[in-house]
Amino acid sequence: MRRFVEIVRRDLRLALRQGSDSVMVVTFFVLTVVLFPFGIGPEVNILERVSAGILWVVALLASMLSLDRLFQADYEDGSLELLALTPTPLGVVVAAKVVAHWLTTGLPLIVAAPVLAVLLHMNADGFGVLLIAMALGTPTLSLIGSIGAALVLGARRGGVLLSLLVLPLYVPVLIFGVGAVDAAVQGFESQAQLLVMGAILLAALPLAPWASAAALRQALE
Amino acid sequence: MHRFANPARFLRAAQLVLPWSAGLTVALLAAGLYLGLLGSPADYQQGETVRIMYVHVPSAWMGLFVYSNMAIASAVALIWKHPLADVVAKASAPVGAGFTFVCLVTGALWGKPMWGTWWAWDARLTSMLILLFLYLGHMALVNAFDDPTRGAKAGAVLALAGFVNVPIIKYSVDWWNTLHQPASVTRVGMPAVDPAMLTPLLLMGLAFTTFFVTLLILRVRSELAATKIRAIRMVQVHGG
Amino acid sequence: MDGVLGMGGYAAYVWPAYGITAVVMLGLLITSLREMRKNESQLAALKQAHPRRRARAEEGQS
Repeated sequence: MRRFVEIVRRDLRLALRQGSDSVMVVTFFVLTVVLFPFGIGPEVNILERVSAGILWVVALLASMLSLDRLFQADYEDGSLELLALTPTPLGVVVAAKVVAHWLTTGLPLIVAAPVLAVLLHMNADGFGVLLIAMALGTPTLSLIGSIGAALVLGARRGGVLLSLLVLPLYVPVLIFGVGAVDAAVQGFESQAQLLVMGAILLAALPLAPWASAAALRQALE
Repeated sequence: MHRFANPARFLRAAQLVLPWSAGLTVALLAAGLYLGLLGSPADYQQGETVRIMYVHVPSAWMGLFVYSNMAIASAVALIWKHPLADVVAKASAPVGAGFTFVCLVTGALWGKPMWGTWWAWDARLTSMLILLFLYLGHMALVNAFDDPTRGAKAGAVLALAGFVNVPIIKYSVDWWNTLHQPASVTRVGMPAVDPAMLTPLLLMGLAFTTFFVTLLILRVRSELAATKIRAIRMVQVHGG
Repeated sequence: MDGVLGMGGYAAYVWPAYGITAVVMLGLLITSLREMRKNESQLAALKQAHPRRRARAEEGQS
């Protein structure tokens, strides 16, 4: 557990020192969402109808932006090998790195989402559910993404490849994330969708670090 | 499983199976095509378009079957470090992608006369589309490394992660589809399958399966030869 | 004959479906066969050229 916190802190420190990561992710999120009204027109009812979908799709893309650096730097400078040699299970190392990734990308996205929801004229009834759904969904994105990030270590064109691997696996999160918000906007209960998202998160929590650790071990062989 | 651990033994077994699987494919295909195109009635609702079913449905089966096959091979490769299992998984992927692609295209050709549109976001078709992306991702990953063994191993982890996800994707797509029932699309589901249709359908399904076995043998042989070539080259570089 | 080829007016959908299936399947078969022939003949040539190294190479591979 202490190692876990140490790794999280170390990764956060590194991210903060480089500074730009979170800012860039959020800027990408905002900028891309703002492009949509230019693409589909500023009519209030159209934007309102598609707002949940746009926010989620762009959030998926944004959380993928910094994924390729999840293990890349540590892999290149050899510190990943050192981490693998410590008695801490590699799965725990992965989990710590995923937490750091979520804190630097998922969390800023959640903070930015309501502002963008206002820009897209989303019905205010959806805001609460949007926040909960993103709080449940973005950690899942980071977890699933860690598998992809571990797999592409040492591959040619890792960045593009990563999106090809990870995006299909993101589909359930997208469907239920949008479903929850849409239900709330239309005045229905969205508890069922949120429960499914919670279940997916709970399933990904042990499985994804385990799979990523297996992939990392291959990369280090 | 371990009896086939030795690639040489596999090659001998494959040599025995190959003429049978190839011959069976031809025979089953001939029977299936004859019954499917000539010897079965047209559906009273869908008319002659129902004959697309005899290639569409078996290729959908194969798309899923090959992916499961890949996942099993990948599990064997990861757990028992079985050298042949990696090769089987790698050799399966393009074949499975081919079947899935055929399923999608024939689905579109069936959808146009029945639904009035080439593509409907029907739950089955959408799931198959995502399956195709899973296949393409797998193929891209396996071929993205300079060292083919590393690619095969990474592919094994991905195939398993994808396999765990397939039911979740299927479930979420089904749920999403019931939510957005497109009003313009009159839903013509699978016809209540007449026994006269079931026979050609099963024959075609079997033909596709034996065809897959045939292709798999050819592709595994090819991969094994390529591995040996690399090994010989390595010896030349390091020992010569 | 018209009944089979005409497909009750749906020939434009039924035959392309079978055609594309045939093209994809044959394509897979041909590429697999060609690849296998290429690799196996290359392997045979290598083995012929370096008969003594053959044993070592196979050892390293298994």
